[in-house]
Amino acid sequence: MSEQITNVLMAGVGGQGILLASEILSEAAMLAGFDVKKSEIHGMSQRGGCVVSHVRYGRQVFSPIVPEGEGDILFGFELMETCRSLPLLKPGGAVVVNDLRILPPSVLMGQEPYPDGLVERIKARFPDFQLLDGQHVAEQAGNVRAANTVLLGAVSKRLNIAEQFWMRALEKMVPPKALDVNRKAFQLGRES
Amino acid sequence: MKEILSGNEAIARGAFEAGCLVACAYPGTPSTEILENTIKYKEIDSSWAPNEKVALEVAIGASFGGGRALCTMKHVGVNVAADPLFTLAYTGVRGGLVLVVADDPEMHSSQNEQDSRNYSKFAKVPMLEPSDSQECKEFTRLAFELSEQYDMPVMLKSCTRISHGKSIVELEERVSGLPAPKLEKNPAKLVMLPGNARVRHPLVEESLQKLSHAGSKMAINRSELRDRSIGIITAGVSYQYVREVLPNASTLKLGMVNPLPYDLIREFAAQVEKVYVVEELDPFIELQVRAMGINAVGKEIIPLCGELTPGRLRSAFGLPQTTPVPAEKLPGRPPNMCPGCPHRGVFFALNQLKAYVTGDIGCYTLGFMPPLSAMDTCVCMGASIGMATGVTKVVADQEKKKVVAVIGDSTFLHTGINGLMDMVYNQSPATVVILDNSITAMTGRQDNPASGFTLMDAPAPAINIPLLCTSLGVKNIRVINPLDLEETKRVLAEEMERPETSVIITNKPCVLIKREGVFQKGPVYAIEDDTCTGCRACLKIGCPAIEWRPAADGGKKGKAYIDPLLCTGCDVCRQLCKFDAIGSKK
Repeated sequence: MSEQITNVLMAGVGGQGILLASEILSEAAMLAGFDVKKSEIHGMSQRGGCVVSHVRYGRQVFSPIVPEGEGDILFGFELMETCRSLPLLKPGGAVVVNDLRILPPSVLMGQEPYPDGLVERIKARFPDFQLLDGQHVAEQAGNVRAANTVLLGAVSKRLNIAEQFWMRALEKMVPPKALDVNRKAFQLGRES
Repeated sequence: MKEILSGNEAIARGAFEAGCLVACAYPGTPSTEILENTIKYKEIDSSWAPNEKVALEVAIGASFGGGRALCTMKHVGVNVAADPLFTLAYTGVRGGLVLVVADDPEMHSSQNEQDSRNYSKFAKVPMLEPSDSQECKEFTRLAFELSEQYDMPVMLKSCTRISHGKSIVELEERVSGLPAPKLEKNPAKLVMLPGNARVRHPLVEESLQKLSHAGSKMAINRSELRDRSIGIITAGVSYQYVREVLPNASTLKLGMVNPLPYDLIREFAAQVEKVYVVEELDPFIELQVRAMGINAVGKEIIPLCGELTPGRLRSAFGLPQTTPVPAEKLPGRPPNMCPGCPHRGVFFALNQLKAYVTGDIGCYTLGFMPPLSAMDTCVCMGASIGMATGVTKVVADQEKKKVVAVIGDSTFLHTGINGLMDMVYNQSPATVVILDNSITAMTGRQDNPASGFTLMDAPAPAINIPLLCTSLGVKNIRVINPLDLEETKRVLAEEMERPETSVIITNKPCVLIKREGVFQKGPVYAIEDDTCTGCRACLKIGCPAIEWRPAADGGKKGKAYIDPLLCTGCDVCRQLCKFDAIGSKK
């Protein structure tokens, strides 16, 4: 196993299920035999604030947070929050982002517009870019609520964790009655 | 067996493995989840106390009864529990007693970033500091053992990154064969009157010295010699950043930060050319190392404020940074009260009445945020009421009427009751609003003595807050529906005008309560496009379910829109619409 640490960032808004997605990734990495550390701030997340989760895995992981400018892949649940986290990525890092806008208070109140052209701005800086309509694909899998699993599937392609470990992690972390839909959502994301 | 656990889950697991019988706490970020995890182990009696002082006293009682006891709190909780803590250091323990304190450097969810390590020195209590989840579990077990071996309470210091970070932990079995708790009298040790305390104090000093010597041989204090030109003394999460950023430097990793293992520090300092101390917040280790006559570099380069990160450590050591893309200028996303939150209408009314609001700690502190903008002070748990009394003592009569204290149910029971006693006793004309949403909401919906349930989800007697206020001598008590804006504003105005103490209690539950029959979602509301004039009145409550949609043709007139997935049917926005454009979709 190489000394290389893989640094994954997940950014979005409280209530989007980022914690669960980062836990599935951590579990899969552990099952694949890696050391894993995960960190995020969840004090105010339930009140609609931004959330960034850091997952790091490799032979031996020290810092629980991704060193600034060393993220390998940014997994965005919401466009503006993805953009906000770009400084954490390394030059040439990859971005997989859900095509979703959640309006912050100042935009809801009509004080300023939601920024334009975010997709183009991200793509210009990080050409290794994938935009996904997680909700739409999740509907095809049978439940719009499985959007995170679709995204996780798309991210999984880029990570050196074999598919069997992802499946075992899903089995452990997802409630049994939602498992079939989530397996399907993961596959659709992986094929996207 | 291996599992990925958060630091908090690992501490709970460590307490279980150590044979802990009692766990008691008041919730506080980032410590809350420890007790939410001890409840998974039926061998541990886990409970929420009304405040940290009571929580520690319960743990002390359990220890004196002969059982191992855990008490947990956030850093500022120790301020509340400091009174028993300092004397507990003198009595020592019977069953091992571990006090977990979780600091919040960077103030992700706190009003200050005090460094709890100072308490361990001040109170003369040993302190261990883990650097990942595996150590959280191991150090918790060790803390119980040291507590009994040295007859001292032991503190375990965590922080947000450790408590809420997750890493791999190897699980072990629960220890067995601990002596069964039973009553045993020992007044010379447990009754801290001056005569007894004078005997105990020198014993405490002696134990700390012994522990410092023993610490130099403990495996948790570890000298790792690599490149000897730099030797870094560090502990906790800072150790991880040092290993990340300076992988070749020699390190002295301290698992015990009070008392410091002086012999080991001296030995390490002699083996390296230049000594650095890397620690978050105060120069706690650094000052002691310097007092030993070791010329260490610390806070000249390491920030005094906020948490460390690998990048900040790199800057401190003048190492090159990876050039990231510059931060984009984007609209902020501050936390906000939930759609349907019963606090919203109260702050809307307080804003309209131009009240001077002494605030307190909870979700309602968000009443400070625009557009509600109706909070003028926030200091600590329970402070709102005492401060309102103080303000009315100095300002002119006309201004006294503007003074309103705002406090939640859990915070009122935590330390607000004493403030209200004082307000009645000393006859302040201020008004107190108790925002009773039937739960401790901000920390993630924990039960409290007024919610009717225990931490173990068993029914419990619920404190009747209006009756409690009556018994304290409050003559003017009004219970209102905070979702009725007219009533809320009228009652507030009446009670603010009254030249006597009055208490207004709101009676709607938190919208996040999942327990059946508590919060009822109403029919979802919608805005009739043809009737909406685009006056923006409904936007003044800052509800996340209401969105301003500018006109499609770029013209001046936009319309408001309600997101049906977020609306809870609280009805507050309808009351603000003068054009009857908002209605429920029954």
